[in-house]
Amino acid sequence: MSKPRFEDFFELFGLPRAFRIDDGVLAARYRELAAQVHPDRFAHLGEADRRAAVSYASDVNEAYRTLGSTLARAQYLLHLAGQDAALESNTAMDTSFLMEQMEWREAVSEARAAQDVDELDHLRLRLHDRMDLGLDQLGDEIDDQRDYAAAADSVRRLMFLDKLGREIDAALEQLDT
Amino acid sequence: MALLQIAEPGMSTAPHQHRLAVGIDLGTTNSLVATVRNGVPVVLLDEQGRALLPSVVRYAADGKIEVGQTAQAVQARDARNTIVSVKRFMGRGLRDVAHVETMPYDFVASDGMVRLRTVQGVKSPVEISAEILKVLKSRAEASLGGEMAGVVITVPAYFDDAQRQATKDAATLAGLNVYRLLNEPTAAAIAYGLDNAAEGVYAVYDLGGGTFDFSILRLSRGVFEVLATSGDAQLGGDDFDQRVYCWMLDHARISLPSLEDSRRMLAKAREIKESLTYRDEANMLLQLTNRDRIDLMLTREELAGMTRHLVAKTMQPVKKALRDASLKREDVKGVVMVGGATRMPHVQHAVAEFFGMEPLNNLDPDKVVALGAAIQANVLAGNRKTDEDWLLLDVIPLSLGLETMGGLVERVIPRNSTIPAARAQEFTTYKDGQTAMSFHVVQGERELVSDCRSLARFELRGIPPMVAGAARIRVTFQVDADGLLAVSAREQSSGVEAKIEVKPSYGLGQDEIARMLRDGFDHASDDLQARALSEQRVEAGRLIDATEVALAADGDLLSDAERAAVDATVSRLRDLAQGADHCAIKAGVEELNRATTEFAARRMDKSVRQALAGRSVDSLKV
Ligand SMILES: Nc1ncnc2c1ncn2[C@@H]1O[C@H](COP(=O)(O)OP(=O)(O)OP(=O)(O)O)[C@@H](O)[C@H]1O
Ligand SMILES: [Mg+2]
Repeated sequence: MSKPRFEDFFELFGLPRAFRIDDGVLAARYRELAAQVHPDRFAHLGEADRRAAVSYASDVNEAYRTLGSTLARAQYLLHLAGQDAALESNTAMDTSFLMEQMEWREAVSEARAAQDVDELDHLRLRLHDRMDLGLDQLGDEIDDQRDYAAAADSVRRLMFLDKLGREIDAALEQLDT
Repeated sequence: MALLQIAEPGMSTAPHQHRLAVGIDLGTTNSLVATVRNGVPVVLLDEQGRALLPSVVRYAADGKIEVGQTAQAVQARDARNTIVSVKRFMGRGLRDVAHVETMPYDFVASDGMVRLRTVQGVKSPVEISAEILKVLKSRAEASLGGEMAGVVITVPAYFDDAQRQATKDAATLAGLNVYRLLNEPTAAAIAYGLDNAAEGVYAVYDLGGGTFDFSILRLSRGVFEVLATSGDAQLGGDDFDQRVYCWMLDHARISLPSLEDSRRMLAKAREIKESLTYRDEANMLLQLTNRDRIDLMLTREELAGMTRHLVAKTMQPVKKALRDASLKREDVKGVVMVGGATRMPHVQHAVAEFFGMEPLNNLDPDKVVALGAAIQANVLAGNRKTDEDWLLLDVIPLSLGLETMGGLVERVIPRNSTIPAARAQEFTTYKDGQTAMSFHVVQGERELVSDCRSLARFELRGIPPMVAGAARIRVTFQVDADGLLAVSAREQSSGVEAKIEVKPSYGLGQDEIARMLRDGFDHASDDLQARALSEQRVEAGRLIDATEVALAADGDLLSDAERAAVDATVSRLRDLAQGADHCAIKAGVEELNRATTEFAARRMDKSVRQALAGRSVDSLKV
């Protein structure tokens, strides 16, 4: 199966390879591309066209998902720079962050045990604020300082916070039922 | 709604050919077929002028198959052979189906999909649904006066892979060319959105006879984008009937009604439930076969009370979808009500209370899904005018993953991903010299494999012996625009490949479908040949036309040699289509598909580059 002949997702969307991108432009480009390649445009054609559309549209969707999420975008940029954030680096997480992790975990499990929906909602908001701070820093590290090792470290922290966010969501979901 | 402009005005979409296309709402209780006529979506009626076809199929002792009102009329008398709400069995095992104990059918014990023993033999839900589709197909052909090019069939958004595949198989059995399986709430949103020029975030609350769906969409400038979908594939008006039925048993002190009585009581329960939508109280009078009489009074308030938990149950998916879409209830501009069961006042109240506004009821909740499907079918057939263009971005309702060590699930494609979607994951061998690796594909949100639905198991064999951890096995999940999954696995260094269409554990095999198709033509095998020949000729003609249009527009993307090869394949197929050998035509079609694979990809590339360059593209508008 033939794949799109584009260097990377940024080129596909005609965007500069950077962490700070214009969300509005990204969304608009996505719509233009999706409109061109969506399988709905090819449903009445032959199998070759239908298959090509499914394959191409899947890639466009994956590209949008990746660039549309700040954390996935950062990981992708690091991957392009040859720095894989998923792998543990040799710089161990500093103790202050380990402490912070423990505090978060404790707060979440207490709220969960107490079935305290308001507290969980509150933690969710706080967590998002905390992540916004981290994302600002990530923008500096990737776009300005080009310090990919530091950025990889930041990404790992954010991944922890992101995972915690999903745990809060799951707890809230359970309390709904 | 401002429409998406993807071609310069004045550009034609030649060759202009109007293809007959319909949308089918294959409902638990009622089914409908609709089409776009002179630009207006309309529901097609039967000879008696009726729009709704009750989804009831009767296998009569004399070999006849009755569908719809006639079957419904005798359902109590011949309960065992008269199947209602067959949709609840699609892609489901016996263990998955609620209330089996009160159902009058003769279930066949088996591992896979539920099967029913009837006077005409054992039937699968796929075959039973195909009977409903056949009736709608002939209704459509009679009223449109021609052969249908393709159909869009709607499915509950919350249907999983097995249920979707079963629906598609039923269409194949009925001889329909399926352009697309479309999610019911999405179909409703299309009909509503286009009709009302809606812009903003809307939700669709669809409570039908057997299923509940809740979807949130963003409608903006000609794009329908599903943000999240959720639901319960086993919750609908039927469950309300069941509650009333139990109440009747209780109050009339009946312990073990006969099959026939039980059916009649259920029918009565439904009638009373529906009438309480318009009245404060209703009397139920029913003479049973054993001379017992039921004479009871039920009030609307009592009905609301005994089914309150069912209404509350719909609110869980509502909350989940909002959270998945990262939205608050205030962000929703309107809630479109779909499905007959949303007529109940206490359902209306619950939705109004939750969202703090009156829900939208300005479209007929029975018809809106079929109308949306018809609009989509018209687009997929290539009949739209360029200035009427819009784009639909839908999602998968449930996460897809693989079993890993310890019975845990590794999520590969999360729920609410926009489709089509493809995602790959790498695995490695864990033993030295390991030459095979097995995979277990599951669908669902839980961490443990045992809590998810098993979709399929498959094995990659022939991995060259290597030390543990050296092999690089890439497993690719591809979900198409119907929401159906295909999985393939490939060892990267050796190129050994295994591909499976996910034929779900609760599905039918390809050969089983082929057998059923043959059986359908039992008495006239000439018919089968004739049908196959005509289908293949249509397919060949369609493909040749499409290829020539593409060559005319983008022939420059091929070298002279490549062009000559495609031309030769086209003319070979043209010759074959003159002949009477449907197998040869089929092979010719496949050959042309292969021969144009690269060409199709290059055209796709070109259109993307042109879109990026800010130019509109007319070359794809064949
Ligand atoms: N006036 C009414 N009051 C209450 N319930 C009603 C009323 N009219 C129809 N219903 C119920 O609506 C249900 C059928 O709705 P609908 O035709 O939308 O379902 P369907 O499309 O066949 O099912 P599904 O979408 O779940 O596959 C039945 O349970 C029926 O009793
Ligand atoms: Mg319905």
